[in-house]
Amino acid sequence: MKRLPAVLGPMIGFLLVFGWFAFRNPDSFFAAGFWLTVAAHTVIVALAAIGMTFVIVSGGIDLSVGSVVALSAVTTAVMRQQGFDVLPACGVGLLAGVLLGLLNGVLVVRFGIGPFLVTLGTMGIARGLAKWLAKNREVQADAGWLPEWIQSRPDPEWLVVAPAVWLMLLLALVLGITLARTPFGVHTYAIGSNEANARLCGVPVGRVKLKIYALAGLMAGLAGIFYFARVRSGSPTGGIGLELKVIAAVVIGGGSLAGGEGTVLGALLGALCMTLLEDGCTIEGIPTYMQEILVGAIIIFAVGLDRWRHRGAR
Amino acid sequence: MELRYGPVHALAGVDFDLLAGEVHALLGENGAGKSSLMQVLVGARRPDAGTMQLAGSVYRPASTAAALDAGVAMVFQELTVLPHLTVAENLWLGRECTRRGLVDRRARCDDAERVLARLGREDLSPDCRVAELPPAARQMLEIARALLADAKVLVLDEPTSSLGVADVEHLFTVVDQLRTEGLGVIYISHALEEVRALCDRCTVMRDGRRVATGTLAELDDRELVRHMAGRPLDEVFPPRRDPSARGPIRFAAREVRAEPLAAPVSFELAGGEIAGIAGLAGAGRTELMQALFGTRRRQSGSIAVDDREFVATPHACWDRGVGALVEDRKHEGLAIELPIATNIVLPHLGPHRGKGAAGALLDSRSIRAAATATGERVNLRCHSVTQNAGELSGGNQQKVAIARLLHAGCNVLLLDEPTRGIDVGSRQEIYTLLDRAARDGAAILVVSSHLPELLGLCDRIAVMCQGRLGEFRAASDWTQEALLAAAMPGPAATAGLSS
Repeated sequence: MKRLPAVLGPMIGFLLVFGWFAFRNPDSFFAAGFWLTVAAHTVIVALAAIGMTFVIVSGGIDLSVGSVVALSAVTTAVMRQQGFDVLPACGVGLLAGVLLGLLNGVLVVRFGIGPFLVTLGTMGIARGLAKWLAKNREVQADAGWLPEWIQSRPDPEWLVVAPAVWLMLLLALVLGITLARTPFGVHTYAIGSNEANARLCGVPVGRVKLKIYALAGLMAGLAGIFYFARVRSGSPTGGIGLELKVIAAVVIGGGSLAGGEGTVLGALLGALCMTLLEDGCTIEGIPTYMQEILVGAIIIFAVGLDRWRHRGAR
Repeated sequence: MELRYGPVHALAGVDFDLLAGEVHALLGENGAGKSSLMQVLVGARRPDAGTMQLAGSVYRPASTAAALDAGVAMVFQELTVLPHLTVAENLWLGRECTRRGLVDRRARCDDAERVLARLGREDLSPDCRVAELPPAARQMLEIARALLADAKVLVLDEPTSSLGVADVEHLFTVVDQLRTEGLGVIYISHALEEVRALCDRCTVMRDGRRVATGTLAELDDRELVRHMAGRPLDEVFPPRRDPSARGPIRFAAREVRAEPLAAPVSFELAGGEIAGIAGLAGAGRTELMQALFGTRRRQSGSIAVDDREFVATPHACWDRGVGALVEDRKHEGLAIELPIATNIVLPHLGPHRGKGAAGALLDSRSIRAAATATGERVNLRCHSVTQNAGELSGGNQQKVAIARLLHAGCNVLLLDEPTRGIDVGSRQEIYTLLDRAARDGAAILVVSSHLPELLGLCDRIAVMCQGRLGEFRAASDWTQEALLAAAMPGPAATAGLSS
């Protein structure tokens, strides 16, 4: 009985957003092109949300994703500018993400600082590093074949959706199974549900958390590479406020900010919800400031729903 | 007065009266219902039946604030003053007197000084931050807060547990003075000599009932102890295990030191025996168990399983077949939002890894099957092991925690209050389970505040008192009275603590 609403949350949200735009704008809404665009646009939020799912299930939070996305995008762009091939450039971008994630993990685990404060700090640090690397302006660089990966109409047309969408689905599958079916996943749930109990049961709490934050950094780094691919320049001011969308995606997808609950599939659906909302708003001509207000309201609503689901349980 | 927690009667029809100008001692073992009675008195809980009267009129406090307004105040064992505020701010907390919307500092400080002077603590400045004060002064603040609220009834819950000798003496003079001023004081304590020195009458509680009330002149120490401990042996314990069937030493602790233990602890457990540790709350038993299992830092000492020393962390312990069950089930012992099955297999996921290429994955079918089978062994009552552990009753939650030990195949069990808050039926089942585990060769250490349980279940018992573990002696050498007497801090021990 209690499990049901956890799945219902994202579905209801999805249907609401879906229904509203389908009603308002049936012509563009039911065109295939719109969905291909939504799918491609989902990639960045979804990749970061998959990483964030692990963090939130373990009872933590990562506010630094938006900045890490910018840092990774700028790093990749700078590497391209320096004449490196696409793959090594991407590797360095990913490395930047992992390092920031590890920094988060070390600060949380070794120094026992709450993840909220740690990642609030690294949010500033990563943003500053990105601006420093980019000398405080857009890094103009040739993205090579990267944009093809995220364009909404893929080049061999039989791919149906952008290659990045396939990559996202593959990673969601792998990491979804990791969270649900491996000892690492079970340990993540155990830490989020009751850290003292997890420690008592011999779960290596510190090591698991370190891996979780590093994974979240890696996924944010990957999201940053696709951000670079999408805007075709390394923007040090990109991804501002992205952390809100990512957290909203996880929470809409049934993740509990109190830890112990959440699934990768839910986060994926939540990310789709957020993108649908954004693209729908664009079609409707709703200005971006309205979208920001909506995203904020949705987070509060989703967290309220989460509290309501747990009423009396705590 | 009746108070129920689910099916358990915390208070089963208690009568209690307090006169103005008397100090009334409230005695009883841990879990006898003293705290529950006081919670009702100060409005923290509503009784399920019964009435209270205060100075002739009906008294039904809706909250602790309402109780304080009516003149009933309590000083808790864990002090509740706020360290970041000043003395005066603490005294007036929640009842700030204001002038034109601002806190009236002058009036506040004057009253604070007057009350502190009445308690003989003129030396405390109202502007002093509480963080800078020692525990004894903080306790005086709590009493001062009650006096400022014009309390007629004052409850002191084990007030001397954290005080040195000089502070205890000062506290006694203060209590004595409050008595002459006409307050009624309820004094909860485990130390009989304190009670004799200070109190007029005394009430003994046991199992949520009042078993005796009288003046202290009428009741001698032997009688008091008998009332506190002497319950009919209502539990049926498994038959005694034969000492000659004991195996070799399974678990050994050597010179283990940890905060806040007063002395290093050494003992050995043989396979096939159940050893027990008795003692009062706060004697350091839980802390010892934590030090053994590695959830509390050890300063020195070693731990060995089957004669092989190792660095005891929870992970290393589970690996070597040492399992623990903690006292604080809700906050530490179980993950209540996770399924029963996950809770049972969590320390021991190894056997549920898939075969061959699927080695990285866990086989959920095998987890469910193993959890169901282990659940049946402990007679767990649930619809399915996929239910969340939080949906179970206290007794069944405890069985999940025990099932966890069985599933991991532990042969050294460290159990802290394994039957606390559990109904008699489940208790019996747990005794049977532990007996069977011991007969199968496990070494078991049980910490319990329930003396009949220790006497009925254990082969050997030691008593812990103020951070020191006494010698393990055969259970047949102990009586409840002897255990209780050994657990009570004597005058010598109190003196030693303050030096």
